[in-house]
Amino acid sequence: MQFSGKVWRYGNNVDTDVIIPARYLNTANMQELAAHAMEDIDPTFAAKVRQGDIIVAGKNFGCGSSREHAPGALKAAGIACVVAESFARIFYRNAINIGLPLIELGDGDINIKAGDTLAVDLDGGTAENLATGEKFTIPALPGFIQDIAQAGGLVSYTRQVLAAKEGDYE
Amino acid sequence: MARPMTMTEKIFAAHAGLDEVSPGQLIRARLDLVLGNDITAPPAIKEFEQMSDKVFDKDKIALIPDHFAPNKDIKSAEMAKSMREFAKKHEITHYFEVGRMGIEHVLLPEQGLVAPGEVIIGADSHTCTYGAVGAFATGVGSTDMACAMATGETWFKVPASIKVELIGKLNKWVSGKDVILKLIGMIGVDGARYQSLEFAGEGVAALSMADRLTIANMAIEAGAKNGIFPVDAVTERYLAGRVTRKYTPVTADPEAEYVRTVVINLSQLTPVVALPHLPENVRPVNELEPTPIHQAVIGSCTNGRIEDLAQAAALLNGRRVHDDVRAIIIPGSQEVYLEAVKLGYVEIFINAGAVVSTPTCGPCLGGHMGILAKGERAVATTNRNFRGRMGHVDSEVYLASPAVAAASAVLGRVAGPEEVI
Repeated sequence: MQFSGKVWRYGNNVDTDVIIPARYLNTANMQELAAHAMEDIDPTFAAKVRQGDIIVAGKNFGCGSSREHAPGALKAAGIACVVAESFARIFYRNAINIGLPLIELGDGDINIKAGDTLAVDLDGGTAENLATGEKFTIPALPGFIQDIAQAGGLVSYTRQVLAAKEGDYE
Repeated sequence: MARPMTMTEKIFAAHAGLDEVSPGQLIRARLDLVLGNDITAPPAIKEFEQMSDKVFDKDKIALIPDHFAPNKDIKSAEMAKSMREFAKKHEITHYFEVGRMGIEHVLLPEQGLVAPGEVIIGADSHTCTYGAVGAFATGVGSTDMACAMATGETWFKVPASIKVELIGKLNKWVSGKDVILKLIGMIGVDGARYQSLEFAGEGVAALSMADRLTIANMAIEAGAKNGIFPVDAVTERYLAGRVTRKYTPVTADPEAEYVRTVVINLSQLTPVVALPHLPENVRPVNELEPTPIHQAVIGSCTNGRIEDLAQAAALLNGRRVHDDVRAIIIPGSQEVYLEAVKLGYVEIFINAGAVVSTPTCGPCLGGHMGILAKGERAVATTNRNFRGRMGHVDSEVYLASPAVAAASAVLGRVAGPEEVI
């Protein structure tokens, strides 16, 4: 999968309460939630985000609640992938499960600014900041996490697992 | 001979049908319990229905309307309804209706639904609470919950473990909340990211089960996958009469590998608070500038147990909540509520000018029952003080123990219990 998008830049410890505040969680309709994504740290985000944009952040992105509404709202808002130094583990799991690509670059300042354009080649394992020409290597997903991502998420993957099991028993 | 293993590694090996596992290894593990609530279960149910028409085991799923329940508005009522109808259709044994329900992480241990050596996932980040009884328990999202309800299994990456060695004994008015806040202050909100926090040391024996539940509950606030306590006489006493099925406790091998060891001397701890807007901003209460408050919340999955209410009652007995403060006390379950009535705590709270609510997660996540206005500040025994967590984006939450929250309610500012007694 290859794509490029404009960068939204945030810092460390972006928590799920600011990605999508709990006051809106009386619905699980991701399109409705997308209208409130990031509003507590960036009130302009929902109105200005475009399909295919990319979030770049620091350490521990998505810390806090287990709400899958967080990656869900970002995906519904049009975010094509999230790049960060590191991700909180439940957010990481949820994003893979719903088919939102994540790129974990490891500790160290990421030299990408708001408004830069990032070109991503998930299959080739590389990304390039078109504003600076700097290239990044995308670490490969381990083992069957890759299978989940390739199946498009955990629901399709589990359908395959269940189908295989039925085969075993019959 | 298998490699020496931590508690978490042993539980994973047993549930994956393997002799041994190592950190970083990906496994599929069998699940003893799958949990969801009124926010996370409805989307899980939708996804489940795309995959399967039969749950893996109706006795191993727990569904609890606690976050926005009793229903706070029409949309939450619709979500609670979808979960109720699913529970009925699939004859889910452990569905708890309003009137029987409690805050999930107070309720499940109390009802004996979590036991040593078990693997539990819940679509709620504070599922890690059950590590207090020596189980592996962790939070997941709705899709994981959906797939787990269909298959009874899920995937895990085996975490490396940090050993938290507890020595000494807590002083009066210092409790589990101070221990976990101290730890988060030491290692930071991502200090245990992707890792397990394994508690050990001679200090464990003197910790009550309520303290252990509070400590394990906030392991996630250090980024941990789980927090886990050894099983001892305190655990067995707590489980007696609650858990009737057979369970298999594990102990860490003496040669098990830990990425690091953090030592906390319980005797040296004093009451602390976590300042806005991260749980790692921890300071001793007695070092703060005078900080007026508008609200005190005592309850939540972190501190909604009878021992927590006992601390609050001891401080509020014969005293009055400050004129400028709304004090909101929320027993974590119907059992806790009833005990608080019998022990006279509810009368103490009402006489002090506090409100006592039915069990709900309510204000902790800015849901209902105590939302903050712009510029308002709360001391809360809850677990997160992120921006906007309890209401307006320009409100503030100071995380603290029940003793600190009660003392603060009386004095109208962030205060330690010693200032009141």
